[in-house]
Amino acid sequence: MRRARTWLPGLLLVAPSIVAIGVFVYGMLGWNFRLAMTDKHDEVSEGTFVGLDNFVGIWDQPRWHLSVDHAIMFTVVFVLGALVLGWFLAFLMEKGIRGEGTFRAIYLFPMAISFVATGIVWRWLMNSGMGERAVGLNRLFDAIGLPQWQWFRDPDWGMAAMALPAIWQMSGYVMALFLAGFRGVPEELREAARVDGCGEWGVYRHVVLPLLRPVTLSALIILGHISLKVFDLIVAVSGKQIITDVPAVFMWVAVFDSHDPAKGATIASYIVLSVAIFVIPYLIWSVRKERRS
Amino acid sequence: MTAVAPRGRVFTGVRLVILVAFVVVFLIPVYVLLVTSFKPLTEADPGQAWNLPVTWTAEAWRVAWEKLAPGLWNSVLLAVPGSLLSCALGSMNGYVLSKWRFPGADVLFTLFLFGMFIPYQGVMIPLVQLLVGLNELTGLQGVFYGGIPGLVLAHVVYGIPICTLIFRNYYVTIPDELIEASRVDGAGMLRTYWSVVLPVSAPAIAVVVIWQFTSLWNDFLFAVFLTGPQSWPATVMLNNIAGAQATPYSQQMAAAILSSIPTMLIYVLLGRFFMRGLMAGALKG
Repeated sequence: MRRARTWLPGLLLVAPSIVAIGVFVYGMLGWNFRLAMTDKHDEVSEGTFVGLDNFVGIWDQPRWHLSVDHAIMFTVVFVLGALVLGWFLAFLMEKGIRGEGTFRAIYLFPMAISFVATGIVWRWLMNSGMGERAVGLNRLFDAIGLPQWQWFRDPDWGMAAMALPAIWQMSGYVMALFLAGFRGVPEELREAARVDGCGEWGVYRHVVLPLLRPVTLSALIILGHISLKVFDLIVAVSGKQIITDVPAVFMWVAVFDSHDPAKGATIASYIVLSVAIFVIPYLIWSVRKERRS
Repeated sequence: MTAVAPRGRVFTGVRLVILVAFVVVFLIPVYVLLVTSFKPLTEADPGQAWNLPVTWTAEAWRVAWEKLAPGLWNSVLLAVPGSLLSCALGSMNGYVLSKWRFPGADVLFTLFLFGMFIPYQGVMIPLVQLLVGLNELTGLQGVFYGGIPGLVLAHVVYGIPICTLIFRNYYVTIPDELIEASRVDGAGMLRTYWSVVLPVSAPAIAVVVIWQFTSLWNDFLFAVFLTGPQSWPATVMLNNIAGAQATPYSQQMAAAILSSIPTMLIYVLLGRFFMRGLMAGALKG
């Protein structure tokens, strides 16, 4: 152990950030959990400790079930959609192609736009009006002989449609990640596999794919945590409508419309837990991996 | 080489066609935004939804600008100081965590990183209470809760993890010998930072400023919970403008474009750095 004189100044310099993270991240997460375990269901009451009652009780509310189902469908469609599309685009560009820079720039630019602005365009595109009243994609689909859809107003598949703008926005990012992953595969490895008699497909399966696993995992984590807390996009596309409710919007309604802090805190806690459950193992794993190398 | 060339060329052609097809799909929303924003109200009927305007007009842009201007200005007041402060903090943290490590630095760094992934909903209610408390404590109504300073504070604090990560991963690539040499010359931690580390930090500074500027500019969640009408940034105003039934599509689209211009400009001009920030977001230096 080096002497304290050498490391103490560093610790002091980071101290403000340590305090800030301690208070604003961990302190407030704890505060929020504690609030979720009280019966403070209005702005004025003190709130007494009720344990996990709120966490159990919320499952009696149909709206909660609906918002959880919606979040799951949104997450599955968004994560898989962005992952597959991003991978596919990277796969097509992997070996280099004329105009690659332009392609990349176009696929990636939606990342620079806010979810709110994205939501506004896509609300127009996914307008559920049909026939004479159709605008957006329905009008276009009608013109080229495709069926018209309810889009995000569809009671069963609405959240799958809601994932489309999110896929539009994030698949370029996934493409960039995969492209970096593809390019990170040493050419000698591919060559060695070819010498061993692997066809191009074999090289891909046995050499490239395994090496893409870390990138795939990163992309999954990033997409997953964006998805579980999705808020801006839903609000911009459909506001507070029940038909597209998700936990983050439900929480907003609980805080500002129902004025029920304990309920808002309970929903927020569930959102945190749903993300923490896969992010914490991932972080521990990646820090350990970095230390090994 | 010659034997596979024809097949290779066909494959390249197919790849090109598919890529171009996706370009068209990706640009559909852009077409809609531009075309709709230049239409006069008389051409608002659904039958002409995909047509180019018959008469081009900037009327919708003028109205959208009038409605959105205060929000755009608030966003500037939020994003410029916010990203600079984040940058300063991130740089110092990254320096210490890579070159001036103390016992437990790795654990601390992991604890920081988790802050990058927390859904901000999980801290929102206590944060509101704290900022309300700060208003009362200081007697400054509408500054911390309801005002831009409070919003900047929140963004700077919750931006610490990502900014620290980017700077740390960048500083790791500076040879330790440089730091040692400076130390041998009798320079302390801050002198070394000032004379050795900071002068070579430009790329990381660019990445962090761009990343933070973009996230602050595009943020909606913090703004909607923490600010009042006077200090609403562009995203909240945009959502309100577009959410009002009476707002014609042309104005909604013009406002959406207006609110996106700063970040789009950054993306076009400084795309390389933008990209590096995204990669850092994937925990890859």
